[in-house]
Amino acid sequence: MELDQMIRLILAQGMLGLNNGVFYAMLSLGLAVIFGLLNVVNFAHGALYMTGAFLALILHSYLGQWLGLDWLQIGFWPSLILVPLLIAGFGMLIERTMLRWLYKFDPIYSLLFTFGVTLVLQGVFINFFNASGTPYPGMPESLKGVVNLGFMMFPKYRLFVIIFSILVCAVVWYIIERTRIGARLRAGTENPELVKAFGINVPLMVMLTFGFGTGLAGLAGVLAAPIYSVSPLMGANLIIVIFAVVVIGGMGSIMGAVVTGFALGLIEGVTKVFYAPAANTMIFLLMVIVLLVRPSGLFGRQS
Amino acid sequence: MTIATLQTGADTGVKPILQIKDLHAWYGESHILHGIEMELGEGQLITLLGRNGAGRSTTLRAIMGMVDRRTGSIRIHGNEFINKPAHRISPDGRIGYCPEERGIFASLNVEENLMLPPMVGEDGMSLDEIFSMFPNLADVRKRMGTRLSGGEQQMLAIARILRTGARLLLLDEITEGLAPVIVKTLGTVIRDLKKRGYTIVLVEQNFRFAATLADRHYVIEHGKVIDRIEAADVDASMERLNHYLSV
Repeated sequence: MELDQMIRLILAQGMLGLNNGVFYAMLSLGLAVIFGLLNVVNFAHGALYMTGAFLALILHSYLGQWLGLDWLQIGFWPSLILVPLLIAGFGMLIERTMLRWLYKFDPIYSLLFTFGVTLVLQGVFINFFNASGTPYPGMPESLKGVVNLGFMMFPKYRLFVIIFSILVCAVVWYIIERTRIGARLRAGTENPELVKAFGINVPLMVMLTFGFGTGLAGLAGVLAAPIYSVSPLMGANLIIVIFAVVVIGGMGSIMGAVVTGFALGLIEGVTKVFYAPAANTMIFLLMVIVLLVRPSGLFGRQS
Repeated sequence: MTIATLQTGADTGVKPILQIKDLHAWYGESHILHGIEMELGEGQLITLLGRNGAGRSTTLRAIMGMVDRRTGSIRIHGNEFINKPAHRISPDGRIGYCPEERGIFASLNVEENLMLPPMVGEDGMSLDEIFSMFPNLADVRKRMGTRLSGGEQQMLAIARILRTGARLLLLDEITEGLAPVIVKTLGTVIRDLKKRGYTIVLVEQNFRFAATLADRHYVIEHGKVIDRIEAADVDASMERLNHYLSV
C-alpha cells in the first residue's frame, strides 16, 4: 500500500472513529456529571440514550398514527429539543420518587436500582418494537448528502453530529467549571452538608443535576437515531464502553470524560486500519493500563 | 453601648438574637446534646468553652441543622427554627457558619469559594471591604482552595460568610493549629467585627484568645451547659475555669 493511500485510510477511519467518540463523550459526560454530584453510577444511562432515540422515532413515525392524527409528525429539529427535556423530566421523576431513598446506603444499591431501570426500559421497548432495530426516517433534508473533506467523502449529517457534540461538551464544561452554578455543583460534590448550611437547596440541585445528566443521554439518543438503527439494545451495547471511558478519564471528571470519549473513538477507529478485530479490545486494554498506572484515571484527582 | 450593659446581656434589655432552650441533638443513635440552654443579645460575643468532645461544635452544628435529629427550642430573632430544613436556616436567620475544618472547597478557587454562599442580607461586606480586612486573600484570588496556607484558609472561611450579609456568626475553633501571629490577626478581626455590631458565638479551645473578646463564657460538658461566667467575673473564677478546661 502506498504511503499516501495509508494516510488517507487512517484519516478516514479516524473521522469515523471520531463519530463514535462523539457518543462516548456525550454519554460519559452525563455519567460524570451525575457521578460527581450524586455519587451514583447510573447504569440506566445507556437505556435512557436508547429511550431518547426511540422517542425521536415515535414522535416522527408513530405518534400521529397512535393518536389517529395523520398530519402529526414531529421532525428531527423539534425532537432535538423536546426529547432531551422529556428524558430529563423522566430522570427527575426517577430521582425524586425512587433513587433519592438510596443515597444513604452503599452506592451498590443505586447501581443495582439503575440496572433494574435499564432492564425495565429494555423490556418495554422489546415488547413493542422490533428488537433488531428500526431505521429513523426523519433525517433533515439539509443534512443529507456528503461533504468532500479532501481525504474522503464524509456524510454531512455525521459531520454535523461531530461539530454539534463538541459544542455541547464545551458548553457543559464551561457551565460546570466557570460559572456560579457550576461552582455550587462542584462544592456540593465535595461537601453537600456545608453547602446546605450556606442556604443552598441541595436536594433540588441534585434532582436538577440528575435531570441534566439524563437529558444529555436523551440528546445523544436523538443524534444517534438517524445514524444507527433504533433498537432496544443500542444502549446496552454502548454502556460498557462508556464505563471504560469514565474509568479511564477519571470518575466524575468532566474534562476527563469528554477528552477520553473523543480520544477512544479515534483510537478505536485508527486501530481498524491495522487490525480491525482488535478495535474494541483496544479500549479495554487501555483501561487496564490506565488502572495499573494511574488508578484514579487520567484526569481524576489523586487521593 | 458600654461594656457594662453588654455584659449583663439579655437581662437588661439588649434585644435577644439567639435563645436556645433544652436543645438535644443526635448523630444516628448517639445522643450528643442533653439540654443546652443559652442566650445571646444583639452585638454580643459569647464563647463556648470545654474539653474536646464536650458538645461545643455539635451545639453550632445543631443550630445549623447539621445533625441527624434535634429537639428543644432554637429561637432566632424571636422565630422558632427547630423544625426548619437545613437550607432555610442560614437565609432566614441571617446566620454565617464557619466550620471547624474550615470547609474550603478544594475544587473551587479563592474567588469562587468567596462567592459561593448565597446572600442572606442586604448589607454584606463588599469584596473591597473584605480584601482590605484580609489583604492576603486579594493576592491569591485565583488560587485553588487547597493551595492555601492554614491561615489563608481560615481567613477565607470567615470572609466568605461576611460577604453574605449574615449578622449572627457561628465560628468554630478559628485559631486551631495556626501560628501565633495569625491568631493575633484573627483577634483584631473579631474585635473589629464586634465593633461593627456583629453578634458572635465562638467555640474556642484557646482561652487566652477567648477571654479578651467575650462578653460571657458558657462551659459545656457532656452535652450540657455546666457553668456560665460573665466577662467581669472571669478573674474571680479563674480557679473554676482551670478546673473545667484542664485535660
